[in-house]
Amino acid sequence: MLISLFGAFESGIIYAIMALGVYLTFRVLDFPDLTVDGSFVTGAAVASIAIISGIPPIIATLMAAVAGFFAGCVTGLLHTKGKINSLLSGILMMIALYSINLRIMGQPTLPLLNETTIFKQLESIWASTGINSFFNSILGSLGMDNTPATWSILIVMIIVTIAIKLLTDYYLKTEVGLALRATGDNQKMIRSFSANTDTLIIVGVGFSNALVAFSGALIAQHGGFADVGMGIGLIIIGLASVIIGEALFGTKTIARTTLAVIGGAIVYRIVVTLALQAEFLETGDMKLITALLVIAALVAPKAIRTRREKKRRLQKRTELSRYKVEEAS
Amino acid sequence: MLQLQDIAITFNEGTPDEKKALQSIKLELKKGDFVTIIGSNGAGKSTLMNVISGNLTPDVGEISINNKQVTHLPEYKRSAFIGRVFQDPMAGTAPSMTIEENLAMAYARNKKRKLRRGVTAKRKVLFREYLETLNLGLEDRLTAKVGLLSGGERQALSLLMATFTDPDILLLDEHTAALDPSRAELITQLTYDIVEKFDLTTLMVTHNMQQALDLGNRLFMMDKGQVIFDVEGQEKQALTIEKLLHEFQRIRGEQFESDKAVLG
Repeated sequence: MLISLFGAFESGIIYAIMALGVYLTFRVLDFPDLTVDGSFVTGAAVASIAIISGIPPIIATLMAAVAGFFAGCVTGLLHTKGKINSLLSGILMMIALYSINLRIMGQPTLPLLNETTIFKQLESIWASTGINSFFNSILGSLGMDNTPATWSILIVMIIVTIAIKLLTDYYLKTEVGLALRATGDNQKMIRSFSANTDTLIIVGVGFSNALVAFSGALIAQHGGFADVGMGIGLIIIGLASVIIGEALFGTKTIARTTLAVIGGAIVYRIVVTLALQAEFLETGDMKLITALLVIAALVAPKAIRTRREKKRRLQKRTELSRYKVEEAS
Repeated sequence: MLQLQDIAITFNEGTPDEKKALQSIKLELKKGDFVTIIGSNGAGKSTLMNVISGNLTPDVGEISINNKQVTHLPEYKRSAFIGRVFQDPMAGTAPSMTIEENLAMAYARNKKRKLRRGVTAKRKVLFREYLETLNLGLEDRLTAKVGLLSGGERQALSLLMATFTDPDILLLDEHTAALDPSRAELITQLTYDIVEKFDLTTLMVTHNMQQALDLGNRLFMMDKGQVIFDVEGQEKQALTIEKLLHEFQRIRGEQFESDKAVLG
């Protein structure tokens, strides 16, 4: 149980990078970008094939991000220059990427078990530091004997994800970032202040998919394989992370929102892991659980607010009638 | 400053809906000219504004700003020289961003946007100073989201954002029409003050004839895609609503569609 929760947290923090990408398009640019389903796999495919052909894992992972960037730019181009509806541009790109990903990989599944991945390198460096035994001895003294094999992935990925979050926060406050946000908020306005909204959309969707592909490359190395179908329904997972995170942790400032998105990605993984512990659920039910989660996260906050409003009105009414009764007597 | 040469634009050419929105418009504005434009609906006022701002490309004709050809310059590039305020108070600001962020975006209008912070401590001082001139207390609400402001406040902010970087041309498209009378009065006064202060070359479309007479040193009357009447200086100061209507009748030989224009 503890180990599976630990695993959920670990993959949650990697998926959080993808969720940040989805946040950039879905919330900041107001561009529901479905490219994600394809570009995630593109990232996994590019990194895997590069690693297999002997390129150092860290460079392979960065190559994946670049590939994702270009995929996103094409979606942006289809929308801005081709004047195709945003939803449709993403779907078109997603379908096109399916074939492209197959071409990149050469076969539907690429195993990485015998390859040196970025995480294997990390673990071997990490093993000499003795941090693992330190954390595990703490857990052991708490009476848990079933300890995780390595803490390296969790700790390093927290640092990487937080670094990406801080960079995103900074970027969204720069002059270019402000224009990007305004593009999602009021295009007519920002164009009248000499911003090229087309370029902003193209680059913005590009960056978003760079993050998604980066996350895909890491997930492939974490899981030990790349599969052409690993991106199916991923956009919903990204949306789930964004929506759950926002509902749980708030959206007061940008820094708070990006942190909420990361939190949402982790909470999502944990909820799914817990749900799958139930006897009557199978691994194949995961997508259904995801859909139900998103629906709950979308409906619940509104329902709670409506109930609170109703309660408030009712209270006012009873107060008023009591007041009238007192006055009459 | 602003020159339009034989600008013409036709919508839906060759169909039953064909509309000659502008017909051989020729005009020249000097630096500091403040032109008010009146005319009934469909006269081509908004089309003229859109052609100048680059939102529409004319079929024929040339536009130049400061002796620079801008006819085929896309809207976003042209807006480096042009400040604009729209009729809809919601149109000129980004609602989910703060007042200071909106000002920072407007501040970058005539500069290249870079990867440096948009809102800095130094700029905040500047923004506060500018906001104080509006007398709306917005200087104490720099971090408030613009979506929380009232229509009048948003329009005042839009006006400030369009003008504080000293644009070559200021385009005002019925920017007081969607406000209640007292707010409209406030925005009109602000417009007068700001245009005066920065000596801006301004084109203002209005449906309010009295406003068109009160403001500016020059007046255009438009009808069927043409500027049919152009007065300035002393001659404009002497104009009254009656004279304007009479003028329209004399030129066009028909009654001004007064039901479509606000006379007050």
